[in-house]
Amino acid sequence: MKRAELWIGLVLVAGVVALALLSFVWTPFNPTGVGSAPRLAPPGWPHVLGTDHMGIDTFSRILVGARSALYVGIIAVGIAALVGVPLGILAAWLPRWGAEGMMRAVDVAYAFPALLLAILLAGVFGASTETAMLAIGIATIPAFIRVTRAGALSVLASDYVLAARASGTPVPVIAVRHVLPNIAHLVGVQASVSFAMAILAEAALSYLGLGTPPTVPSWGRMLGDAQTYLFSHPGQAVWPGLAIAGAVLGFNLVGDGLRDFLDPKLQEVS
Amino acid sequence: MLARLGIFALSLALASVVIFVITQALPGDVAAVILGHGATAEQLAAKRAELGTDRPFVVQYLDWVFGMATGDFGRSWFSGLPVATLIGPRAEVTISLVVGGLLLALLIALPLGAVAALKRRQWPGFLTSTAAQVGMAVPAFWAGILLVFVFGVTLGWLPPNGYVPIGRDPVAWARHLVLPVTALGVVQAAVLVRYVRSAFLEVLGEDHYRTARSIGWTRWRALARHGVRNAALSLVTVVGLQLAAVIVGAIVIERVFVLPGLGSLLLDMVSQHDLAVVRGIVMLLVLAVLAINALVDVSYVLIDPRLRARESS
Repeated sequence: MKRAELWIGLVLVAGVVALALLSFVWTPFNPTGVGSAPRLAPPGWPHVLGTDHMGIDTFSRILVGARSALYVGIIAVGIAALVGVPLGILAAWLPRWGAEGMMRAVDVAYAFPALLLAILLAGVFGASTETAMLAIGIATIPAFIRVTRAGALSVLASDYVLAARASGTPVPVIAVRHVLPNIAHLVGVQASVSFAMAILAEAALSYLGLGTPPTVPSWGRMLGDAQTYLFSHPGQAVWPGLAIAGAVLGFNLVGDGLRDFLDPKLQEVS
Repeated sequence: MLARLGIFALSLALASVVIFVITQALPGDVAAVILGHGATAEQLAAKRAELGTDRPFVVQYLDWVFGMATGDFGRSWFSGLPVATLIGPRAEVTISLVVGGLLLALLIALPLGAVAALKRRQWPGFLTSTAAQVGMAVPAFWAGILLVFVFGVTLGWLPPNGYVPIGRDPVAWARHLVLPVTALGVVQAAVLVRYVRSAFLEVLGEDHYRTARSIGWTRWRALARHGVRNAALSLVTVVGLQLAAVIVGAIVIERVFVLPGLGSLLLDMVSQHDLAVVRGIVMLLVLAVLAINALVDVSYVLIDPRLRARESS
């Protein structure tokens, strides 16, 4: 049952990655330029998912959209992990008052969800893929700090760390040699779940016109365009939504599946 | 209690500094942005004096914070209107949406979460968990678009967009909110179901639940008697944590249904770069989240008698 969850997740994630990779070498039609194709054509041949209001092939845009979603996810989760994991280990190492102060700051950070931060940054610096990625990344740091600290606390309390400290091993060496390998699975699970949230956030931002620019295909913006033609051509609102939901479901399932697979004792909600 | 109040005040101060610093990071001179390229040096200086941007950074910050404490959120850079005047009539929309969405989410998630916990090895539990997993993956704005198509366009049962204030026509108000609240609430419910499930699962393993079962109570009765109160503790926490998510969800949903709320105002002001209004709204939203979470902290003591005893000793 749990194993099935992991497999379904892996298949979905592999599917999205395959779409993104495929888009680098091949798309059935030009995904950005205005073609000679009829506008808002229904699914059929040669346009398997139809065309949008500009006469651009929907399937080609879905393919390139996968690339945009993964790109934002990788950078955002990368930022969050690279900053959050060291800070989390530090929080586990700090004396009580230091850790307390840090975790309070983390609590405050939870009041700034990715979208709110992205909207704020877009207001100051203008909307772009970069501000969206940066905002989602920064907003995800607290989750990594929490998970890392919780894991690192138990590792730091173990006998082998005590032995290492007693023999004079420097702190950074202990962090890299003992703490990191023992919390890698926790970070991996968090990364997968955060990836799902990053894709959702990017889609919402692009829908609002604050993420991926209009010239680059993205699933969120496709839904925004589709809404304009909802009365006459509702079919256009189906495919990008399915793509987002499939990708998010995939990363969530992989995260959950990994958690249960690596540590059956862990509860589903941590 | 005092310590909690202190933490709340500190969090608020920290949040206000962060918001202020970010909105001050605007590349270039605000006065130049407002007046455009043709402005003379005198005009620019006059504008700076009018906006107060010629004063030191710290003075500007303190002015902003103490202004807000007295209900003065500053003025819009472009229209010159007080931010409070802009926010006032729109708050009703967003509050209706957020409260409605949260209530609907709880109404769906509580029974479903209980089913998912009690029947976890049977098909109803499996079905509920699967539905929650799928629901979590659906973007709320997509759900909104689909709802508009089905109930607003095809069936024509409900208005596809727009808003009517509750004071003018309560029935029309409710009819306009059904679809947005559903889009927000159902997706949020999917997230909540998992928390409710694990909260109830925890209760199922506790002594008092087992005792109640052993004296012949049915599972539902034992859960209703002991489960709800115990689960309430973790639920209150989750609602506090999820509030921020519901508020940003509301911002997007307002766009989908063209509701004139704080979210729409925020997005409009972002595209105009009117940061005086932007920072006022963001501060208000963050204040709401922090205040509710402080209340959540306090409510633990009311829900859990064990904490009450510790607090008074």
